[in-house]
Amino acid sequence: MRQEPFVVPGKLVVPYRYFVGRLASKALIALRDDKKVMGVRCPTCNLTYMPPRSTCGRCFSKLEELVEVGDKGTVLTYTVVYHKEPVHPMEPPFVYGLIKLDGADTALPHFIGEVEPEKVSIGMKVQAVFKDKREGNILDIKYFKPQ
Amino acid sequence: MAERVAIVGVGQTYHRSRRPDVNQVELMNEAVRAALDDAQLTLKDIDAVVMGNMELFEGNYLVDMWASDGIGSYLKPGMKITTGGTTGATISCAAFTYAASGLFNTVLAVAFEKQDEGDTRAGLISVRDPLWDRFMAIGAVATFARMGRSYMRASGCQEEHAALLRVKADRGACRNPYAHLKLNLTIEDVMNSRMLIWPMRLLYMCPTTVGAAALVVASERKAKKITKKPVWVQDWVTVHQQSARVHRPGEEARVRTIGVGETSHERAAQLIYKRNGITKPIRDIDVAEIYEPSTWGELIWYELYGFCEPGEGWRWAEKGVTDMEGEFPVNPSGGVVATNPIGATAMIRIVEAALQVRGDAGEHQMTRPVRRAFTTAWGGQNWTVATLLSKSI
Repeated sequence: MRQEPFVVPGKLVVPYRYFVGRLASKALIALRDDKKVMGVRCPTCNLTYMPPRSTCGRCFSKLEELVEVGDKGTVLTYTVVYHKEPVHPMEPPFVYGLIKLDGADTALPHFIGEVEPEKVSIGMKVQAVFKDKREGNILDIKYFKPQ
Repeated sequence: MAERVAIVGVGQTYHRSRRPDVNQVELMNEAVRAALDDAQLTLKDIDAVVMGNMELFEGNYLVDMWASDGIGSYLKPGMKITTGGTTGATISCAAFTYAASGLFNTVLAVAFEKQDEGDTRAGLISVRDPLWDRFMAIGAVATFARMGRSYMRASGCQEEHAALLRVKADRGACRNPYAHLKLNLTIEDVMNSRMLIWPMRLLYMCPTTVGAAALVVASERKAKKITKKPVWVQDWVTVHQQSARVHRPGEEARVRTIGVGETSHERAAQLIYKRNGITKPIRDIDVAEIYEPSTWGELIWYELYGFCEPGEGWRWAEKGVTDMEGEFPVNPSGGVVATNPIGATAMIRIVEAALQVRGDAGEHQMTRPVRRAFTTAWGGQNWTVATLLSKSI
């Protein structure tokens, strides 16, 4: 008679919090209080990073100059999620995209909404839709919608 | 090895219980900048970057995925390493190996832990054997209490001896600008601190620390160009053994006397001494920076490293042999019991030993010249990394 293999079931619970640091704190306050999307500029490389970071990976300069990159941008690439997973933030189908905001040189990963997934395209112009009650994190932008 | 290797730059952050002002990447960045400044190099001079911390301690396990801009590994080769308490030493040894291989001339090693963000115990539970051991993940406090109790019963050691060593550690920490706990302790303070599990009082156990460390390592030819004071890496060794088991017949007596079977500490020390002609550590080594998360561990490990004879560790404490001014100084930095940012801790031993060899440790610099320093790291219950650093080759 066939026997099932023995298994030991288990579950790890790993709680954590993340201190975001001074620079990202300022950017998140601007997002929460003023709906301003901020990047950080590297004067040496003449690049604006969004999301902001406090060191330039290319030249290793300390970055401190927050600049508004605006709430409008372009879809660089995207994918449509059709299947359901516990980690997913919403019911499928939904769209993840990389969005280059007009004032930034790098792309921000976020959702694309208010559009049929089949109608999303690379190069599409999009615009941030903000939450009414903002808490100071990147999901204060609900998603980006077509302009 | 193909090429000789030297440490040409060291850096560390100041150490605290909490660093709400920085994120994990910014914390590492402080140590990296300190090490590059110390080596008088820029990131352009670095050929590869090795980094790491403890998995899950901050609720993450592939920090290198998103830390590259801050630690200087953007578009550079390298890897992340996690080996428990030995992490910081294993990262260092990987950097030594990279530079020795001839593939990379100048290598940066970065280690950190930000224990104000996660649940250290949640991370630790996952290191135990899921079938036989995980249900009884008792943690480090109970492990060292058990060792201390066995040792006291077998050797004649009294609690006062541990207290003497704890005060010795605090004297070092108070002189070390980077140390975490600086308490100006007396024997009475130590022996009146809260009892956790007999004979483990609060002050015999390391704190949960936030901090980072970094090293710049270079091959011989490069090292001589970078600095007038290279610290030569004479040798390094890693020994692994399975934790919490009596392995072979005959080890039962050992478990009764010091609470552990034959340890990776003994094996690693014997191996590195033999390879480097060290027959009497107290004579052949000038300073040791050992990984002692608890004072009870320090007492026993003097014996396991062969610094002194079995059963003599507590007598050394009584005589002050390992004080900064003593015959065989151990942890003039204040050691791990004063400062323990886990993933970085073992690298800090190497940083501190290198500073002693260079003569740059400042207020906790030994007054006697340091020609050769010995460091250890400890992880799980039976992993050891040992290194020998030297002023000359």
